[in-house]
Amino acid sequence: MNRLVQVAIALLTLLGGPNSTSAAPPDPSPVIVIQNATILTVTKGTIEHGSILIKDGKIAEVGSSVKAPKDATVIDAEGKFVTPGIIDCHSHIAIEGSVNEGSISVSSIANTADVLNSDDIDIYRDLAGGVTTANILHGSANSIGGQTVVIKLRWGQPASKLPFEGALPGIKFALGENPKRSNFSVPGQPKRYPATRMGVEETIRAAFTEARDYKNSWDAYNKKVSGGDKTALPPRHDLRLDPLVEVLEGKRYVHSHCYREDEILMLLRVAKEFAFKVRTFQHVLEGYKVADELAAAGVGASTFSDWWAYKVEAYDAIPYNAALMTKRGVLVSVNSDDAEEATHLNQEAAKSMKFGGLTHDEALRLVTINPAIQLGIDKRVGSIEVGKDADLVIYNHDPLSAYAVVQKTLVDGRVLFDRDKDIAGRATLENEKKDLIAKEKAAAKKPEEKSKRPDEKKPEEKPKPPSEEQSAVSANGGAQ
Amino acid sequence: MRLATLVTAAFCLFCFSAPAQTPQAAATYAITHAKIFTLAGSMIDDGTLIIKDGKIAAVGASVEVPAGAQVIDGKGLQVYPGLFDAVTQMGLSEISAVSSTVDSSETGNFNPDVVAATAVSPSSEHIPVTRASGITEVLAVPASGGFDSSGSRAVLGGQATAFSLAGWTMDDMQIKRSVAMVINFPTIQTRSFDVATFTRKERPYAEAKQEYERNLNELTDWIERARHYAQAIGHGGPSDFERDVKLEALAPVVRGQLPVLVFADRARDIRNAVEFCDKQKLKMILAGGVEAYKVKELLRSKNIPVVLRPVLTLPVDEDDPYDRLLSQPAELARAGVKFALGSFDNSFARRLGQNAANASAYGLSQDDALKSVTLYPAQIFGIADQVGTLETGKLANVIVTNGDPLELTSEVKYLFIKGLLTSTDNKHKRLFEKYSKRPKP
Repeated sequence: MNRLVQVAIALLTLLGGPNSTSAAPPDPSPVIVIQNATILTVTKGTIEHGSILIKDGKIAEVGSSVKAPKDATVIDAEGKFVTPGIIDCHSHIAIEGSVNEGSISVSSIANTADVLNSDDIDIYRDLAGGVTTANILHGSANSIGGQTVVIKLRWGQPASKLPFEGALPGIKFALGENPKRSNFSVPGQPKRYPATRMGVEETIRAAFTEARDYKNSWDAYNKKVSGGDKTALPPRHDLRLDPLVEVLEGKRYVHSHCYREDEILMLLRVAKEFAFKVRTFQHVLEGYKVADELAAAGVGASTFSDWWAYKVEAYDAIPYNAALMTKRGVLVSVNSDDAEEATHLNQEAAKSMKFGGLTHDEALRLVTINPAIQLGIDKRVGSIEVGKDADLVIYNHDPLSAYAVVQKTLVDGRVLFDRDKDIAGRATLENEKKDLIAKEKAAAKKPEEKSKRPDEKKPEEKPKPPSEEQSAVSANGGAQ
Repeated sequence: MRLATLVTAAFCLFCFSAPAQTPQAAATYAITHAKIFTLAGSMIDDGTLIIKDGKIAAVGASVEVPAGAQVIDGKGLQVYPGLFDAVTQMGLSEISAVSSTVDSSETGNFNPDVVAATAVSPSSEHIPVTRASGITEVLAVPASGGFDSSGSRAVLGGQATAFSLAGWTMDDMQIKRSVAMVINFPTIQTRSFDVATFTRKERPYAEAKQEYERNLNELTDWIERARHYAQAIGHGGPSDFERDVKLEALAPVVRGQLPVLVFADRARDIRNAVEFCDKQKLKMILAGGVEAYKVKELLRSKNIPVVLRPVLTLPVDEDDPYDRLLSQPAELARAGVKFALGSFDNSFARRLGQNAANASAYGLSQDDALKSVTLYPAQIFGIADQVGTLETGKLANVIVTNGDPLELTSEVKYLFIKGLLTSTDNKHKRLFEKYSKRPKP
């Protein structure tokens, strides 16, 4: 069955885009002109009947009169809308296996970048929802969780090609019920420290106290070496503390899962004590209660549109959160935390127009330039500007509507999702699948073949379990 | 998060505040010069709707405004029947992770006698939040989700209740106490997700099949005993036999008076359920129906309606088309299968309109999209004489909006529930207003 699925995915890839099959980046990238579109640039206003010229994976020209070079592929977007690719500041797609190293409450040694799975079908599904960049986070089981990585949704490329070049790595922190393990228990196992918000603070303080000492010992060593001391012994490397030192040195972003106002202020205090910056608060459902403090600290807030009441710390969550924080000067994004939610982040952003009165532009920023700034990649993505990566989405309607359907998604100037091609390819896929199943069945009938795979069960004996994400949603409101 | 957990007395902090839903005293209302979408005939471009004694008294292009009526100028506004969320745990579950606030799922496998109406909390904060999105009535469905202390989903889950989303007590709110008997149709499941330990569990196929057969046999046994019981009631006096509350609850089911709302998602499970209900002569409504498209001909030929899960759900199989659930309503409509949409939730109930709009974006007609969250659920659950369209004599569950009620940015300007002008105030608005006014520190 797995083999069938893999073949099916490979086929899907083949049909998903003209250049998505080869493992190496196809070179040179096509010259494309998108014409007659309503272009929502996000940073430079809206251009009616505008065109975008794409060369070498970048946006070469944008305007109402762009000349299409002879060799260019023309995409006629008459009546359609183009936006920058959607950026999801909180995602768990493309992770092989579990998202949580849940054994210890400081798991900074673990790294999502090490377990990227470029075959995850959710990459394609999210592309089909217009997502082009995602912040891939460790789960929220631990006060200090694993390291995180920003990826581009380069469907068809190997895992090594997914990371966003030059994007600063991050680390996941988590506050409140999840690191407390309030809603989880393993029978027969003792409760893990920390089990209170007080303990969560001290877990983080203890880790950074260690990291500070560790850093001092390295600084002292480096000073000796640069002073000409050839006998100096280097401190022993500590893989758990190295990422925390990077946080102290501003080389790694802190993305902290949180809900309640008190724990938000707690982490700001701890960050101040150890002189590091929190880059974003994630979920931050009570962020609206301490919006001024968030704005003053200059931290980003990445929240849900309208999730609430799935646990106590989400009971004061309001759909006005993004708008209220925005109006108080916080840099806000709307994220998914879930492979399905990611497919309609444009719609989730639109809700802030109704709940809190953001403008069309402000709402669109929540899923484009704002998360780009939060992830430190705004020089390359997040808006439609000359020189930026050609990560674009073509919708059939205003993207801030529940009736908008993604027609095409481009990453680095390549069409990686095309709705027409996807639909046109389905019959072929279905036939391929039938053939493969027939072959498997025929093979299973031959006794010698069967003996080669004694462990293989019949497909119907293995109903598919919910995916990690679906489990997380059904069991945890997705808030991992 | 629907995790069972212990709570302390501290959670009394979250005991629900008094109804902010105080409806105004009954009056006669006239909504004039509005675009009226009755959903029972064509749209009225410049019409009047009269609400009197909790009911729709008149609707049309040339309707007289009665003396003494409060007039609402509907110029530039649109009038629709309120939306109907066909599967929720409304009032049965407040904070899904906190078991003491959850009454949606009784322990044990066969509870035909439990009734949602009994445990719906009229003061739930979910009710005003949900109605502010234009939903005026819901079905509260036991054993349809949410976790009780056992986390179980009973095979015979109990009786679903239809009610309006405003009122002082359940007696005020109730539209129909028992509209369907819930059956979670047995499935062969080798894998499960244990929420207490947050781990996956696996067991041998033989064991899963054994449990499936045991559950199915027990379910069959319950229905057959209920049939005998119903016959006995029909023939003898009450003194002739021992009464049994569970069998008594099943009597209307085996008599064909009360439909069964059967939860099943995979094609095989749906087929099994249809076969079972056919054999037992039960009136079946399918709930869930993720793979209903695979058995659409069967559903159409047997005239079985479906309450579909949110279309904003990922496909179940990796190699399904990415828009499998989004395009399903359109496919079912083309095949002539009757369906409604439900949120299957509380917190996400207000996404009902968004889901219907998405179904429309993927091919369902706008008319069907609207009706799948108004008229169709009313018809499916046999209460279309009371709700679902704007027709004289029906309950005045009416919304007045500034746009398409399924669109993300549309607002409900006036909300009538059972003819009472009802506030759209709710916990979320109050917190927003409170913290909008927070002075700068």
